[in-house]
Amino acid sequence: MAKLYSEKIPQKQDNLNPKKETIDFLLNYSKALSVIHCNKLKFEALLN
Amino acid sequence: MKHELITDAVLVRNYLQGDESALSVLISRHKQKIYSFIYSKVYDRDITEDIFQDTFIKVIKTLKLGKYNEEGKFLPWVMRIAHNLVIDHFRRNNRMPKFDNAGEFSIFSVLSDASLDAEKQLIKEQIECDLRRLIEELPEDQKDVLVMRMYKDMSFKEISDKTGVSINTALGRMRYALINLRKVIDQKNIILTN
Repeated sequence: MAKLYSEKIPQKQDNLNPKKETIDFLLNYSKALSVIHCNKLKFEALLN
Repeated sequence: MKHELITDAVLVRNYLQGDESALSVLISRHKQKIYSFIYSKVYDRDITEDIFQDTFIKVIKTLKLGKYNEEGKFLPWVMRIAHNLVIDHFRRNNRMPKFDNAGEFSIFSVLSDASLDAEKQLIKEQIECDLRRLIEELPEDQKDVLVMRMYKDMSFKEISDKTGVSINTALGRMRYALINLRKVIDQKNIILTN
């Protein structure tokens, strides 16, 4: 059978989901982030 | 299942009112689409993970700062953020060539042969030969000092002891030797570089 010389195309992956750690990080980041309103200014604050 | 009934707009509103679980629902509802979209552009799981994370960090910040105003278009908005971050990634990557370990590994990408190739070796020998001939043309006292300093690696103190002149005289002879060499090289347009 003839060889194929085209570039390798990455295999389709069915399991395309972010890692659990990434999701956990985002949820924790969201909980930790608070926005402080001061007159017309807004400050971001990350609380541990 | 219950979550599917709640629209994105309502979830965003709940989130803005402090319901953190609404964000969790939004992420799990759209994570596969967004992640697949990023992966379809970068073809690298680690980079996809990074861009996915950055996308939602931007989403969270924008929502909490009260800058989100696209009611009912949550997914297209997040996709646009992801798209922009993918573009940023490629721009950054073009500027900063990186060690590519994604495909086939080439050892020559990290190793290089520092030794001279045959042609450069020949040129080097030729230059050294020319230089020796030029040195031979120098006055005897200057030639002696230069040979002792450069080829025999002697200190000026040793040269002064050996030749019976002061260190200052030896230094002066060395200086004139170099001046004369440069003069001859310039006059005859000799190229002594590899």
